[in-house]
Amino acid sequence: MAGDPSNKDKIIGKRIDKFFIGLESAFKFVKRFFQEVWFPPYEFKEVIRQCYQIGWNSLPLISLTGFIVGVVFTNQSRPSLAEFGATSWLPALISIAVVRAMGPLVTALIAAGKVGSSIGAEIGSMKVTEQIDAMEVSATNPFKFLVVTRVLASTFMIPILVLYTDFVALLGAFTNVHFNELVSLSTFFVQVFDAISFLDVTSSMVKSLFFGFTIGIVGCYKGYNSTKGTEGVGKAANSAVVMAMFLIFIEELLSLQVTNFFRQL
Amino acid sequence: MVETVVKVRNLVKSFGELDVLKGVDLDLYKGENLVVLGKSGSGKSVLIKIMVGLLTQDEGSVKVLGKEVKGLSQRELNELRLKIGFSFQASALYDSMTVRENLEFPLVRNVKNLSKADKDKLVEDVLDSVGLLGTINQMPSELSGGQRKRIGIARTLILKPEIMLYDEPTAGLDPITCMDINNLINQVNEKYKTTSIIITHDLTCAKVTGDRMAVLLDGVFGAKGKFEEVFEHAQDGRVKSFYDYNFIKQ
Repeated sequence: MAGDPSNKDKIIGKRIDKFFIGLESAFKFVKRFFQEVWFPPYEFKEVIRQCYQIGWNSLPLISLTGFIVGVVFTNQSRPSLAEFGATSWLPALISIAVVRAMGPLVTALIAAGKVGSSIGAEIGSMKVTEQIDAMEVSATNPFKFLVVTRVLASTFMIPILVLYTDFVALLGAFTNVHFNELVSLSTFFVQVFDAISFLDVTSSMVKSLFFGFTIGIVGCYKGYNSTKGTEGVGKAANSAVVMAMFLIFIEELLSLQVTNFFRQL
Repeated sequence: MVETVVKVRNLVKSFGELDVLKGVDLDLYKGENLVVLGKSGSGKSVLIKIMVGLLTQDEGSVKVLGKEVKGLSQRELNELRLKIGFSFQASALYDSMTVRENLEFPLVRNVKNLSKADKDKLVEDVLDSVGLLGTINQMPSELSGGQRKRIGIARTLILKPEIMLYDEPTAGLDPITCMDINNLINQVNEKYKTTSIIITHDLTCAKVTGDRMAVLLDGVFGAKGKFEEVFEHAQDGRVKSFYDYNFIKQ
């Protein structure tokens, strides 16, 4: 019966089982990536094609978002600093915020939405239309061709996109500062570079590598394990985005703790 | 004595509680076209997927070209797969690649030291064999269902396989295109000297392409033999109804 307590226990038990089975399968998928990435054949052409897809095709969206983030953040920060007569600190404040957190986070979230979903949907549709099986029967390792290449490309390209987003966001901030405080470009960037440290840039790049890896591997995992036809493809794309975004926030939190540890040394 | 290229013994395969194959025995002889018939979900595709190692059986033995598929290492399995062409039901062309790139895909990964001229020649030859040389730079999305099937077959032929496995080659096609595909299967068999298994529930396809029939009924082969033996004098009601329903359409 539906209301039977033993039935509820069974349902909860099944859900717990499903969670741990999923966790095991994800772990095996990541393990397989690290086992296969080192050994030939290396699909250089496909990695470059994926770098182009992920990097170049994301530029318009990243440019627009980065610039707007710079402008809005500067505008929102001004009143607080103005209360203390410290608007001259705006470039320093913005540079720290953009380089340490906003640049990597905004880039990763946009890439999770754009790149993660497209990887999930592409591999998912290849799975349900037997294209992955077709690769396998032609003696090609589909994991290497589809998964390794995409994960490598997203791991390499996200840090580059983060650097670009940082630059564009700072340009947005400069535009705002220039028209309100009449600060020149050179003065603005001198203050920007004075405020940020080597640790800021390094930690930002390291966490971007993790963000990129997460976006790639989650998209591939969801696509590679999609089932139930076209409905499954939609679900794969959707859950790739949700899961990648969730993991990116967790990673951001962890990286904050690790960076703070190094800052205190 | 005719060489046996595929030998299946007591093959059992289940998916959860669903028993699909319940002890299948099959011999495929060199040079013949064997048609495997059966209703949807009867395990026809499962049978050929086990032969290329895409699925693994629960019990029984599948020997292809003398090798037990289940026990092969990945490298040995890949070597065997190069000798088998698999034409998928939905063609399985790579959407993001042109026809040329689709055909080159298995070639560049499995044939070493191939010059560009050799590669181009092989691609053009095989496209010519399926009568679609003009589509070389088109994307799969620009092709009709019949053209996609032909390109799918061409992609498997490029590695010159000894065995061809056709999974529902005429499914979803109009009768005229079906006939073209049936003729193509026969031409491939003649030109490339292949041995084939054709999975279908289309009796016209079976009659035109098959030397021998095998009908899967409830997880085992219920009838085997030439078309006339199996269908025209069928005693088993399930085989008879299969025949009747197919030809009512005509």
